[in-house]
Amino acid sequence: MSDKRKELIVSAISNGTVIDHIPTENVFQVIKILGLHKLSNPLYFGTNLESKKFGSKGIIKVSDKYFEPEEINKIALVAPSATLIEIHDYEVVRKSTVTIPEKVDKIVKCFNPNCITNKEDVSTKFTVLYDEAGNLKLACHYCEKNTSKENIIFI
Amino acid sequence: MKNRSLVSINDYSKEEIIRILDLAETFEAQPRQEILKGKVIASLFFEPSTRTRLSFESAAMQLGASVIGFSSAATTSVQKGETLNDTILTVSNYSDLIVMRHPVDGAARYASEVAPVPIINAGDGANQHPTQCLLDLYSIRKTQGTLDNLDITFVGDLKYGRTVHSLTMALCHFNTRFHLVSPPELKLPSAVKRHIKDAKLQYEQYTDMSEVIPKSDILYMTRIQRERFPDPLEYERVKNSYNLVNSMLDNGKPNLKILHPLPRVNEIHTDVDSNPMAYYFQQAQNGIYVRQALMASILGNK
Repeated sequence: MSDKRKELIVSAISNGTVIDHIPTENVFQVIKILGLHKLSNPLYFGTNLESKKFGSKGIIKVSDKYFEPEEINKIALVAPSATLIEIHDYEVVRKSTVTIPEKVDKIVKCFNPNCITNKEDVSTKFTVLYDEAGNLKLACHYCEKNTSKENIIFI
Repeated sequence: MKNRSLVSINDYSKEEIIRILDLAETFEAQPRQEILKGKVIASLFFEPSTRTRLSFESAAMQLGASVIGFSSAATTSVQKGETLNDTILTVSNYSDLIVMRHPVDGAARYASEVAPVPIINAGDGANQHPTQCLLDLYSIRKTQGTLDNLDITFVGDLKYGRTVHSLTMALCHFNTRFHLVSPPELKLPSAVKRHIKDAKLQYEQYTDMSEVIPKSDILYMTRIQRERFPDPLEYERVKNSYNLVNSMLDNGKPNLKILHPLPRVNEIHTDVDSNPMAYYFQQAQNGIYVRQALMASILGNK
């Protein structure tokens, strides 16, 4: 497959955003986190696509929709390698990557079973921390316990 | 601090902590002042805690406030399935301030977000108990004359003991040297040690308390609970090495004081009680003054 052909796939929407290089198993999670399934905009997605960098990847294209950085950064926990491509009139006008945000609200479950967010109808809120080894942890706003990366469960 | 909830000791800056301790001294000098006359304080104990509840209620009544509330969730609408949100909103209609103890971690933070009146956390599950922390700080300052540059030794269950975690974090404001004595299974969690490191302070870990007693200004004892050990044999092996008896205090510094959040079981032998270094019962009494200072400060009377 030539590079030209790939460019055509990515540019196949006239206006909107392409989110590329999503881990293929997390495509549906990304759709959910961004609430794309609730929009009336045309939405295309693909999974198990060939990727030189990652072996396989997922991709999402949403028409007539652009994201603010704080909105798109919510997907960084599930798709840290994602590339964001903004398209205006079939032209790629901007490419960017996502960064892990300082706050993570509503999308992750607190690992502490005795936390109020697991006992009553209370939305989760976390601050992102890194331990000395550089591993990501989410500090719960309510119970003050940390949820480490391997224990992250998306709601 | 007026109208501000106190959920976690980290909600207060060093200056705010000192302000409460200074104010508590004035209440120790004169605990009965009718400055909260006409105020209604709700005391909501969703799980029983005799000591903390009576201390808060006595503190409020000595300042002339009226106290309403319950001492166990069993007799309330919580039993009928009412949410915490609804209980707190309802009680807010009847009171100027809510003191709450709840078995769930984070319940107090949540209550402080939904309540139109300020909340004082009297313990939320295994999480925070900031008034215990303030009364510990008050007791340390009162017995040592200062909070700065002290050698403070924690003994027992440092892993699960929430009072140890809160006090350690608060002491990071005061250039403390920490001595941590525990069985290897019950060491201070790394997240709490991180606070010590971030404050650029020193800590040392021990498994035997006898060597550290001569260095200590404060010996903060905690209970080791049998149920914390997956292997009951392991518990039998360690349980007596963290029990303090009077003869162990012979080479303690003259200013050494023994603190304990109570209730104690057998980690401090009763033969220590008559030693002038024993301070745990006065420590509990200091809780009254600290809670008076907090309530007066939050209700804006001081």
